[in-house]
Amino acid sequence: MADQVLDAKGLNCPLPILRTKKALKDMPTGATLEVLATDPGAVKDFEAFCRTTGNELVSSNVNGTVYSFVIKHTA
Amino acid sequence: MSEDTNAKSMSIIVTKGTLDWAYPPFILATTAAAMGLDVTMFFTFYGLVLLKKDLNLKVNPLGNASMEMPMAGMHMAMPNILAAMPGATALTTTMMKNMIKKKGVASIEELRDLAIEADVNMIACQMTMDLFEYKREDMIDGPSVGGAASWVEVATKSDINLYI
Repeated sequence: MADQVLDAKGLNCPLPILRTKKALKDMPTGATLEVLATDPGAVKDFEAFCRTTGNELVSSNVNGTVYSFVIKHTA
Repeated sequence: MSEDTNAKSMSIIVTKGTLDWAYPPFILATTAAAMGLDVTMFFTFYGLVLLKKDLNLKVNPLGNASMEMPMAGMHMAMPNILAAMPGATALTTTMMKNMIKKKGVASIEELRDLAIEADVNMIACQMTMDLFEYKREDMIDGPSVGGAASWVEVATKSDINLYI
């Protein structure tokens, strides 16, 4: 279970990333955030976001039309 | 903007102020800022309207042969002769705004607020302000006013420089 869940369903690029950044900023280092999204572009974007910022993408899953990303706040 | 970090940086020259073309600079600026880059936006010519307190952005397909709207399962382009009629701009703008809302795309107002919140450095072009007789008080508070040299100074130190 992630420490916090961010519902970004229905939001389009770049809002899921921007909301994620905002949420991570207020979370302690080591905490995990689960982001739920329906934007198919988010899969590639969350990988790029994590690679660039140094935060860890713990998992990336899809369940029907809902994507779920777990990010560990490390940077 | 932090001057003493090793963060990557990006500058964008923003030259267009229609509802459609307002998106690329604000999307890239907010996303780059969220990814840890120092971002500067230089607003010049028609891009300057994006700094007005009251945004009233519009779009018209006149002369834009690529602008198709999804309609009844297909894509429709508006013939130039119709796009030139009175009311065509209002109609197209309303259609675009409805589409933006329906698809969960952020409004320009929202993206601009997010850019300001993310400390994106904004510069309004002094020459354009003079040319089109814009007053500083017509514009939002944050941006500084400067000229080409202000952008060149930033650009020489930026990892990415875009012209939109």
